[in-house]
Parts: sequence; C-alpha cells; structure tokens
Amino acid sequence: MNASLSPPKKLRVATTSLAGCFGCHMSFLDIDERLLKLLDLIEFDRSPLTDIKHCGPCDLGFIEGGLCNAENVHVLREFRAHCKILVAVGACAINGGLPAQRNHLDLRDVLEEVYQTEAGLSHGGIPNDPELPLPLNKVHPIHEVVKIDYFLPGCPPSADAIWKFLTDLLAGRTPTLGHGLLHYD
Amino acid sequence: MSFELETAIAPEKLHRVAIDPISRVEGHGKVTILLDDDNHVQQVRLHIVEFRGFEKFIQGRPYWEVPVMVQRLCGICPVSHHLAASKALDMMLGVKQLTPTAEKIRRLMHYGQILQSHALHFFHLASPDLLFGFGSDVAARNIAGIIATHPAIAKKGVLLRKFGQEVIRMTAGKRVHGTGSIPGGVNKSLAPDERAELLKDIYQMVAWSRDAVGMIRQLFEQNLAEYNEFGRFRSAAMCLVRADGAMDLYHGGLRARGIEGKTLFDHFDYARYWDVIGEDVKSWSYMKFPFFKSLGPDDGSYRVGPLTRVTQCDSIPTPLAEKAREEFMAFDGGRVAGATLGYHWARMIEMLHAAETIKDLLHDDDIIGNDLMATGQRQQRGVGVIEAPRGTLIHHYRIDENDLVIRANLIVSTTHNNQAMNTAVREVAKKYLNGREITEGLLNHIEIAIRAFDPCLSCATHALGQMPLEVAIVGADGTAIDAATRDQHGLIHEIRETP
Ligand code: SF4
Repeated sequence: MNASLSPPKKLRVATTSLAGCFGCHMSFLDIDERLLKLLDLIEFDRSPLTDIKHCGPCDLGFIEGGLCNAENVHVLREFRAHCKILVAVGACAINGGLPAQRNHLDLRDVLEEVYQTEAGLSHGGIPNDPELPLPLNKVHPIHEVVKIDYFLPGCPPSADAIWKFLTDLLAGRTPTLGHGLLHYD
Repeated sequence: MSFELETAIAPEKLHRVAIDPISRVEGHGKVTILLDDDNHVQQVRLHIVEFRGFEKFIQGRPYWEVPVMVQRLCGICPVSHHLAASKALDMMLGVKQLTPTAEKIRRLMHYGQILQSHALHFFHLASPDLLFGFGSDVAARNIAGIIATHPAIAKKGVLLRKFGQEVIRMTAGKRVHGTGSIPGGVNKSLAPDERAELLKDIYQMVAWSRDAVGMIRQLFEQNLAEYNEFGRFRSAAMCLVRADGAMDLYHGGLRARGIEGKTLFDHFDYARYWDVIGEDVKSWSYMKFPFFKSLGPDDGSYRVGPLTRVTQCDSIPTPLAEKAREEFMAFDGGRVAGATLGYHWARMIEMLHAAETIKDLLHDDDIIGNDLMATGQRQQRGVGVIEAPRGTLIHHYRIDENDLVIRANLIVSTTHNNQAMNTAVREVAKKYLNGREITEGLLNHIEIAIRAFDPCLSCATHALGQMPLEVAIVGADGTAIDAATRDQHGLIHEIRETP
C-alpha cells in the first residue's frame, strides 16, 4: 500500500436518503473494512452518518430514493446546487422504486384509508400540520427534476458496485460498472 | 387530551427551533421546539414526515410477493419485515410448524440481523456521543471521528456488522433485500462450506460482543449520574417472550406490564393483537400512536425494544448474555433498567445473545438439511409478529380466493415507541434547554435521547420549516411535473398540470 504518499485534498462526499428505505446506504456500509481505508481518501459532508444538516460545497453527492414530497425536492435541489457530481443510487432514485407503487392510486384515498377508515383507530384524521411537508401526487425519479451525472442501478446496488464507482472516480477514471455489477433486482 | 409539552397554548407568540433532519438515526425525522422569550420550552414534537401508504398499494398483489416487497419499506432491518410477513403468510397457508431446517435457517437469519443492526447502531451511529461527549465538536462527532481516534473499537464495530451481514447473505441470498424466506418455509439452507466459513469467525464475534457489553458498562460507571437520569421517565412495556418466559426474538406470546410493573397481559396470542392494542392519530405526525386498549389512548402508551426485552424477560437462554442481564438488572440498585440510555446497554446484551445463538445454531446439523417447506390448510387471514432489532413488529394480511391481498396492516417497532420518544425528548428539553441559550451541543442532547431508541424512521423523510401551501415541481427542461395544494382545513388537493 502506498498510503505514505501524502494524499491530495480529500474528496468531499454528501449523501442523503429521500423517499428511499436506507438500503442503499446500508449497501454503502457493506464495503465493510474498506470503509476504514476509504476515510483516508474521502470526507463526509451532510449524510445520515454525520451531524451536518445542510449540504455545503462537495465533489460528490449520492442520492438514494425518489421524490415523494415537497421537502425531497428541496433537498435534491440543495444537493444539485452544491455537488459537482450527482449520482442517483438505486432503483428508487432512478425509477421511483417501491414507493412509486402508489402512483396508480389517488393520494387522498390512500391517506383516508390509512388514517381514517382503518380498523383499530381510536379516532382518525389525516395528519395536516404545517410542519409536515406536502406529499406529491406521484412519486418521481430524481432525474425528472435535476440533471444527474451517473446512475447506479440495483435495489440496492451492491457494495462492490459502489466501491468500483468510488475507486474509479478517485483514480480519475470514468466510472463504469462491468459485468456482474450492473443489475436491476 | 395532550401530553405535557405536546401542544403550546399560544404557539404564534413563540419562536421555533428545528432539528432537521435528525441525524445518525436510520430513516428520517425532525424535532421542533417552541420557546418563549425567556427560552422556556413550551412545546416539543418529534415529527415523522413522510407518508408511504404501503397498506394500500399492497392490495391487489399476489400474497407471495409480500415478503420481498415489504422489506423495501426499510433497508435497515429488511430481514425483520421479510420474516414477519413470512410468518403471517405461514399462518395463512395453515402452516403451524415449520420444518426444523426452515425454522433454524430463519432464526439464523434473524439473529444475524439483530447482530448487524445492533452493531451498526452502537458503533457507527451512537458511539460518538458516548465516547466524545454529548456536546462535543460537531465536525468529529461521527464514525469517521471514531475511526480516527479509536480505530480498534471502530474496526470491531465494522467487522461485527460485516459478520451479521454475511449470516444474512448466506441464509437470505443477499445482504440487503434477500429472498430466502418464503411462505411456508425457506428456499435454501446453508451449504457446508458456508457453515464452515461462519464457524471460523463466530468465536471472535462472541468475544467482541462481550467486550462491547463491558465497554457500555464502563461508560455507565464513569458517567453514572448523568446517564441514569438522562431523559428518564416511567413507562409501560411490551415484548414477545417464550412459553417459559425467556427471551425469544423470533417467536412467542405478548407480555405487557404497566408503569408500576403490574402484568397487563402475558403469553397473549398475537394473532388477536387488536384486542389489546389500538392506534391513535395526531395531526402533526404521519406515525401513529399505539396504546394498550385497557388503559386508553391517554394512559396506554408503552415502549418496546432492547430495554423492554432485557428487563421484562425472565431469563436469556444463552449463558454469557444471561450473566450480563443479571449484572445489568442489579447495577446501581436496578436504576439502569429504567434509564433511557439503558437501551444502549440492553442492546449490547442482546448483541451478545445473538452471537451466542448464532454459534449454537451453526453447530446444529438441521441448518444444512434439505426439508425446507411445510404445508397446511389455507386460511383467509394471517398475523406475523417478531421482535425486530428495535422492538415488536406486527404484520397482518388478509387475502381473497384469488390469492390477492385485500387488506394489510403493519405496526412497526418504532411506531410503538412514538409516544415514548416524544416523552423522552420533552424530558431532555425541560432539563437541558429551559432558559438557556440554545446551542448546537444542547440540541444534540435531544437527538441523543432519540438515538437511544435506535428509531428507524424509514417511513419518513426531511422537512423544512413553514411549508408553502402550494408546491409545484418544474422539471429540468422547464415543464411542470407535479403540483399540490393544502387548503385552510389542511386538505390536500391535486392541481392539474399546467399545459
Ligand atoms: S433502491 Fe432499494 S435499497 Fe435503495 S432505497 Fe430503494 S428500495 Fe431501498
């Protein structure tokens, strides 16, 4: 290992989960002990792993999940404004994924069923506080709203795929996922 | 009725502080705090701000898709949803008893999940608060800071989690969102070489889990007064227990005790959970508020998860974890058993129990057996309950004669803790924030109280301050994509796309 070569400035990386399940973040952590090495080369900005609440200027942004409410859109735009390279990670960010299963239903009907007519409720009512962001009628993939530089498919993309992407980028190569890393499960 | 500090009398006169998003938890959420001019706390709320609607859109899907689909609700403990759904569908297929191989493979998968999830929570997410201090430097207060200053501890955490994920991969086929468990059984058992590979490392995992229990104990000894009192409150509790009262995270009957420790129900058949549990809705959160029906919505809230399980079971059926439980229950005259931060200690005891259980299962030849599936007499309804890493998880389905789902209800672990988490943050806000100038470090105290529960807010996402009453999304190319409004009654309307 040539870790003794003093490394150049660390790559600053932000990550977030919009309408996702956090499985893509889990898959990122599934790089296991490679994480220990990686932290010599990158540093985290806003991420569920840090307490930085807003994205600052970054080299790379990873987005998990699609857009299901107004706040998702706001966070996505914040990331686009601050990240030189923005990556859509996983099926939800790319296609909407499981949350988009509600797209063929009427949002009001769904809310009513879950919060008003469901058996077992002591008293119902659709939550409507101003602190709750407005849900969108449909769940949208993120590339419909901002420009995305790379797409990492999979549900989730495997740790090896994420690792290959990162190491390519760190080495100055155009990231490509070869055979076995590109999958859509 | 409303709980203390839930609703301020004149909110418009108060100023608002938000913790948004809550970080170092799995999933998304935010806290809002309303303060008067002297910075006295008047209102504190933990909001869950995303709505999924799984219960609705699963309707009309064939039942065998459910165990695979439902885990996409949560990638942090997908195995728990995978297994709770499978258990519900076992019941629907009339399978009362799985084959020994199927049951043990599922247990292996589940304890692998407990191990990885508890390791992740303790080392990757919560340890920076405990090792650096509650109000320490925000820039270092994360896993990168732990790796830099405590590399040996960080490495153990990473490798413990890795091992749990490998157990999952070998039993479920994939680390995240596997497919191994199916209604009526499993679709694979362990191959001999997989078993050998896990056996090679398991003793190290047991030893490291023991070290982790020692580490949290030591942290308690060093900070006893603060840890014991932090966010402390009295609460009812619920968990599954085995027929003999011992801890069992895969299967059992429901046990509930009230604030005074009185038994409310015990060995209760979870197939009729709705007889004992009701759910309340509040306007300011998409997460419901469950309660014991016998006590009603105002007095019936309870907590679930590691602290409940370790303190309410009669014993833990593996020797090292049982010894750790006895020490925990006796520590400081039993006061830790009611402390919010006691969750961390209990979680590490469970991690040790998971490692020991995996060790025992790996020595059992049934895990390499071939008899994977059982059958029975079809039913219309199925309920599956499991103790997920964060607490009791309830799945409930009904299907029609075409094998399609017609009804689904889920009560996830974190939902049971909804009121408990709100109470804990209100206690912390009262004690640490009242009358003081609000700093980042003080606000982190609020998050520490939430983190103790290891909430999985994955059915939620970030929100920003005052929401506009109207939102329109314009695509990268300038065309309108979606829009919605909320009227003065809070009703949500769709706006047709503008041409
Ligand atoms: S792509 Fe899959 S793993 Fe990633 S957030 Fe969506 S459901 Fe979860």
